[in-house]
Amino acid sequence: MSDPHDAPLLEVTDLRVAFGDTEVVHGVSLRIAPGECVAIVGESGSGKSVTARALLGMAGRGSRAESGTLRIGGRELGNAGEREWRRIRGRDVGLILQDALVSLDPLRPVGREIDDPLRIHERMSQPERRARVHELLASVGMPDPAFAARRRSGELSGGLRQRALIAAAIALDPPLLIADEPTTALDATVQARILTLIAEIRSRGTGVLLISHDLAVVGQLADRILVMRGGVIVESGTAAEVLGSPREPYTRQLIAAVPSDVPRGVALTRPEPTGPTVAVLPEARRSREVDTTREPALLALDHVSKSFAVPGGRFTAVDDVSLEVHRGETLGLVGESGSGKTTVARLALGLTAPDAGDVTLDGAPWSRLDEHARRPQRRRIGAIYQDALSSFDPRWTVERILADAVGAATPGHTPTVSNHEVAALLEQVGLEASVARRRPLTLSGGQRQRVAIARALAAAPEILICDEPVSALDVTIQAQILDLLDDLQRQRGLALLFISHDLGVVRHMADRVAVMQAGRVVETGAADRLFAEPAHPYTARLVADAPRLARA
Amino acid sequence: MSELELRQTTIDAEIAHAPAARRRQRLRLPRVGTILAGAFVVFLLVATAFPVLLETQDPNQIAPSEAFEAPSLAHWFGTDESGRDIYSRVVEGTSTSLLIGVTATVIGLALGLVLGVLAGFGGRFVDYGVNRLVEVLFAFPGLLLALLVIVVYGPGPVTATIAVGLSTAPGYARIIRGQFVAIRSSQYVEAARVLGHARGRIIVRHVLPNALIPIFVLATLGIGQAIVWASALSYLGLGAQPPAPEWGAMLAAGRTYLSVAWWMTVFPGLMIVGTTISTTVLGRALARRGRGDA
Repeated sequence: MSDPHDAPLLEVTDLRVAFGDTEVVHGVSLRIAPGECVAIVGESGSGKSVTARALLGMAGRGSRAESGTLRIGGRELGNAGEREWRRIRGRDVGLILQDALVSLDPLRPVGREIDDPLRIHERMSQPERRARVHELLASVGMPDPAFAARRRSGELSGGLRQRALIAAAIALDPPLLIADEPTTALDATVQARILTLIAEIRSRGTGVLLISHDLAVVGQLADRILVMRGGVIVESGTAAEVLGSPREPYTRQLIAAVPSDVPRGVALTRPEPTGPTVAVLPEARRSREVDTTREPALLALDHVSKSFAVPGGRFTAVDDVSLEVHRGETLGLVGESGSGKTTVARLALGLTAPDAGDVTLDGAPWSRLDEHARRPQRRRIGAIYQDALSSFDPRWTVERILADAVGAATPGHTPTVSNHEVAALLEQVGLEASVARRRPLTLSGGQRQRVAIARALAAAPEILICDEPVSALDVTIQAQILDLLDDLQRQRGLALLFISHDLGVVRHMADRVAVMQAGRVVETGAADRLFAEPAHPYTARLVADAPRLARA
Repeated sequence: MSELELRQTTIDAEIAHAPAARRRQRLRLPRVGTILAGAFVVFLLVATAFPVLLETQDPNQIAPSEAFEAPSLAHWFGTDESGRDIYSRVVEGTSTSLLIGVTATVIGLALGLVLGVLAGFGGRFVDYGVNRLVEVLFAFPGLLLALLVIVVYGPGPVTATIAVGLSTAPGYARIIRGQFVAIRSSQYVEAARVLGHARGRIIVRHVLPNALIPIFVLATLGIGQAIVWASALSYLGLGAQPPAPEWGAMLAAGRTYLSVAWWMTVFPGLMIVGTTISTTVLGRALARRGRGDA
């Protein structure tokens, strides 16, 4: 689609951005033609967002941006002042940010937000503008535009909010759109709709610069892909080239780390993958087959319901849910935000009591036990959370966290836990023993999640409840954590209840999958079967909407 | 207390985000103000423990021939109507004033802690009851509440201390309860429950330390205020009684001679101001440090 003879909408060469004495973007060049979608892919800290912002003259306070040429719509902007940039923004370039909740003024109706660029840049009467706002909202697929225009951003759902933000960005029909992680905070079905919308806008001739960490998203939309790492473009080419035959080891690593369609039991991280195609190892799959009929379930939820008091009634978070997790197997639990997944986790952990139904552990009562009787058995169920940092006492070092967990597991009350035990735990999760002296705050996201896993393992549990354990992590780190969980499961015969909104991750991890919608389990089944032939329409929609990486 | 000070702490947090402040924090160099405040507090501590070291003469020695002398090398802060040395009396009075301030804060904190723990851990109904009680206490201006206690139990330094402590308690109670509620529902407390730790152990190991460290910082800010209140009560003749050289009482005694002997009121007043400012400055430095570490 990119014709080099087309006058580019955006042309930048040798863009450098520095904060103080530290240069974070080292000479990025790119051009975008009308109707073309160029994507910058990278992990956090790669400099992709700073690059996008520098292209709008807003790299941030204390930053310095230099470039050989920076041309938008044929106009040289290398030395543009703030006043000139303000004329460019909105009219020549639209910007869509990740989180519409913080990008929109919570105190103003979204209609006013969309009206702003019209009022500032165009000479239009108020009725004309109102008609245009409604037209814009309709064009981004907002149901009932007139009603939505009067709502404040907090009164709209995440997907509708993101639509309103896109409507504001395209209000002046800018020839170029910069989208910085436009769907990262959204559920899969909403994400699919937003991506379709961006594709539509592009098909009208708008150039799109898409910034994302998610290769699957990028693969659906981009004509050309730039892979960024450490402030440098390490690889660029057409989407087919980059995803199909990547040259750089880093690109290969990124692609290999995407879990969707990688069979169960196949590692996502390998020092140097032979190619982007991962060979299916049949024995990897077979080794995990569990005969679910013969053996009693390790953890079972039997017609469990739980509701909470909310202003104006009760909200049923979990509605007549029955689930079973067997020894050594992984049950994936998927569903969109608000579907009750986390409440199921809390019920399983015995942190909250069901209103109706029973939770049993190894055939024995669990939810019916009183706290006193349950406490000695708690070590049998471990938990890891999405935000590992907030699950650690902020005053404690890693050593103290782990020693405390070991102490909890041994009722005989060991007064001093040896450094040996702590080091052994750290080694199991692939961390250096020197980490023991540090506080979690000074560790990276992946290291924190490893410490959380080590803490869960300290008590030698039989089952781990993992609530969105990798949702906050970069793809390559996510891949490492998933591989670690997989290894640990194999070594220890652990059962996992793996909760995630990400179908790709669940598909890679789970033997069996349960799909939740609005508090109910709508479908349960073997992972292969459920993803290949979903029986319930909601499952079918989830599967269809989940972005998948087209591997060569 | 507190509303204003809490706001001040927030402002502090914003200031701490400024680049210059961040750099200073990284180097861990105290500010000039902190050093001055620290020096003044050291002076106060010495004056409390060993007043004789700092006094130039007996604070209660009467010398009618030397009455109403202006500040000089012999009498640094001048003399009063009986010829007593103001400087020595101010030093002698430090222990009384400081003791009242610190004891009142401890009483307020202890009461606040009891109420806060009750509200935070006692279940829904206790929480409701404590909250209403705290609201009723809040409805009275602090000093009025202190006056009420004194009217019932009679004037004197002990009643004044208890009165000031009582009137600061609701503020502490509310903040402590808020801390407990926030920490009780935090994910690390939940993680400890999942590990199978007992409730009491979780409270002692996680909830109390994390809730109380910020409270102690807040209490250092409260000492200055308690001293001002105690001095105010003494000034009204409801606290320490003459001839005890308490700062507030000295202010009251000097009031009559304000036109002829300004030094009788200015120097005890400066001590109150200095003590309040320096404990507050130190408290805020502590608060900054706590944030840096957390």
